[in-house]
Amino acid sequence: MSEAIDVEAWSCPVPLRDHERILSGHGGGGKLSAELVDHLFLPAFGEAARGATPTDAATLLIGGARLAFSTDSYVVQPLFFPGGNIGDLAVNGTVNDVAMSGAVPVALSTAFVLEEGLELSVLGTIAETMGRAAVAAGVQLATGDTKVVDTGAGDGLTITTAGIGLIPDGVELAPQRISVGDRIILSGPIGAHGVAVMSVREGISFGTDIVSDSAPLAGLVATMLAADPDHGLHCLRDATRGGMAASLCELAATAQVGIAYQERLVPVPDSVRSACQFLGLDPIHVANEGRMVAFVAPGSADAVLEAMRAHPMGAEAVVIGEVVDDHPGMVVARTGIGATRVVDMPLGEQLPRIC
Amino acid sequence: MCLGVPGQVTEIRDDRGTRMATVDFGGVRKEVCLAYTPEAEVGQYTVIHAGFAITLLDEASALQTLKLFDEMGLLEEELGLVEAAAS
Amino acid sequence: MKYLDEYSDPELAAKLFAQIEATVTRPWAIMEVCGGQTHTIVRNGIDQLLPGMVELIHGPGCPVCVTPLETIDKALMIAAREDVIFCSFGDMLRVPGSHTDLFGVRSRGGDVRVVYSPLDAVAIAEDNPDKQVVFFAIGFETTAPGNAMVAHQARERGLTNLSLLVSHVLVPPAIAAIASSPSSRVDGFLAAGHVCSVMGTAQYAPLVEQFKLPIVVTGFEPLDVLDGIRRTLVQLEEGRHELENAYPRAVQAEGNLPAQRMLGDVFQVVDRKWRGIGTIPLSGWKLADAYADVDAEIRFDVGHIDVEESTLCKSGEVLQGLLKPNECPAFGKECTPRNPLGATMVSSEGACAAYFQYRRLDDARTTLPVVDAAVAR
Repeated sequence: MSEAIDVEAWSCPVPLRDHERILSGHGGGGKLSAELVDHLFLPAFGEAARGATPTDAATLLIGGARLAFSTDSYVVQPLFFPGGNIGDLAVNGTVNDVAMSGAVPVALSTAFVLEEGLELSVLGTIAETMGRAAVAAGVQLATGDTKVVDTGAGDGLTITTAGIGLIPDGVELAPQRISVGDRIILSGPIGAHGVAVMSVREGISFGTDIVSDSAPLAGLVATMLAADPDHGLHCLRDATRGGMAASLCELAATAQVGIAYQERLVPVPDSVRSACQFLGLDPIHVANEGRMVAFVAPGSADAVLEAMRAHPMGAEAVVIGEVVDDHPGMVVARTGIGATRVVDMPLGEQLPRIC
Repeated sequence: MCLGVPGQVTEIRDDRGTRMATVDFGGVRKEVCLAYTPEAEVGQYTVIHAGFAITLLDEASALQTLKLFDEMGLLEEELGLVEAAAS
Repeated sequence: MKYLDEYSDPELAAKLFAQIEATVTRPWAIMEVCGGQTHTIVRNGIDQLLPGMVELIHGPGCPVCVTPLETIDKALMIAAREDVIFCSFGDMLRVPGSHTDLFGVRSRGGDVRVVYSPLDAVAIAEDNPDKQVVFFAIGFETTAPGNAMVAHQARERGLTNLSLLVSHVLVPPAIAAIASSPSSRVDGFLAAGHVCSVMGTAQYAPLVEQFKLPIVVTGFEPLDVLDGIRRTLVQLEEGRHELENAYPRAVQAEGNLPAQRMLGDVFQVVDRKWRGIGTIPLSGWKLADAYADVDAEIRFDVGHIDVEESTLCKSGEVLQGLLKPNECPAFGKECTPRNPLGATMVSSEGACAAYFQYRRLDDARTTLPVVDAAVAR
């Protein structure tokens, strides 16, 4: 081991020259996705995207009100998986994006791209699911659109939802507020969603009792804010594609702080752990759809944690680590046997390891 | 190249002359091929690599290994205590 | 999970570390030959916590990494064909060929499918009688019995649309090649446990005798790897060189006889080029002449391939244990998992990728007092 590793030196200067075409990895939520945004979209959008926040909901000031605004597209194969379907993801995913800025989500738009030949009964079931999920999340499905593409061109169904919500006065949750000393709280056990989807995916399907954890987090966020009059809660991030690791790595990089956590403190259900061992995957890289990480000032952490644990979506919340002034931009974990390990973003697709 | 994972045989069947089984890996169930472990019975643990059982796991041996680790250093500790008591 | 979690127990790990500490009086270098063991070592930081006198050198135990460039290029050419469904283990998809990789072929419309088990390729062949289905049969001896079953079932079930592109590599010749190299600094070897589950341990005795080095058959969980290291060190400190089995729960001396019978039937030994090392005599398996009709290299005459290796890539020296990944000038700069120059950075088992993914900080014993205190809370 020689000199300290410079995180900035890692990234390839013009990575998009490597591939002239989109790869499946570009949708994985890992480094390839981030590079596509940073090196293609943002430069191309130019002035129009000057204030864009690609990984968070945007905060817009309109007529004195602060609105959180976010969008996401949902393309999941297969459409139905243990614990839910694409409809649950389409509603909860965007509700959660909006909730991460502290906003109370109010409404979603729903745009459907349907593949010709998709069974109406399938679409109906998914739509009903979306209606139920929206009611549970307290949002209206206010407007939408439908398009049809040729057979073979659409993966069955793509749903895009955009959501808006109102950020309460005084609430400001953003990576920029993350400070050295902040405790990092994980709202619950990780890995269930990704494993549930993989278990029914052709090529690597397996039997399991694991179900997706897709759920709305807005209620939990509201509870946390109510227990935090001093605004010690600094930042929230839902841990979706790329898993808990992606969220922590993105925030460490954006806020330019060091993050340190204990592997042993991260709750992983036994069944998820077994599935990950069998597939050769690391649970911290596996997708979730109902989990978040919260950065809280030390003085407010106990109150926020207690409030979380009293809420059904935060019953197993736990402090896993802290923001440190070492190694800014990097996430480091203390391994089970006491050594240290640098945690990185997954590269692209999560492929089962054979070796 | 050896991601071999221990799993317990829960069900055995024949697929056109090839012996197949359902194996449970701590809650994950997968179909694997037992062609190379013809002696495997329901309830036994095997090491599965890329969908094939390559060996049975010997429980007695497994426990003995763990016991060995646990007792590591015990003898030295005892000697240390004896020395301290003698001085 | 039973037979797994117990072998990660931190208290037992501490005992093994202490025992190792108490054993070592001189510097020693030990090589593990299996990528799975490299993964365990780097992921858990085992090398961080070993006494400074013990050096771990990562050997060429990643069959993905050592698959010859020519073979990758052949795979890419076959996979690009419209009439082919190309089936491969996941790890192979990002291994760079001369110009692209299997992911790239897929993005251009090639039907490339990830399979978990070789039998999945058989099922695909049965479901797609109008297509040619080719299975990329790579790996060490551990994977070979499963791969051999594809050839066997293709024949038994009359699946004329199924064939295999074979590139198997063998561990004992690799150990011999490394041990005979004049620049080798290896004092002892950890042999790959699951390879021995299949092949038994007999092949390693002649190596112990010839090179006068300890060889310890080792498992893959943290405690297994620590114990393999420990036993090797004990032998070295006592001036012994023997073959030991530190993984008796999964390895018997005679190995797996039904698997060996199938291997003897389906494969024959051949000289094999190891990417980054060169040709090691009699170090590979190809399909036996009797199975030529399911040999994809023959069925799809891909002819002669010109290979272009990156001149920056030092995979070869890493694979031979002469260079640590982070000592390579391209490590982390021109060469990252995102943009790999060589196979050791691509495969999740490759030493370079393992180092990159789990790279540790400058100060190996970084204190995380607040985080550590959290355990006590």
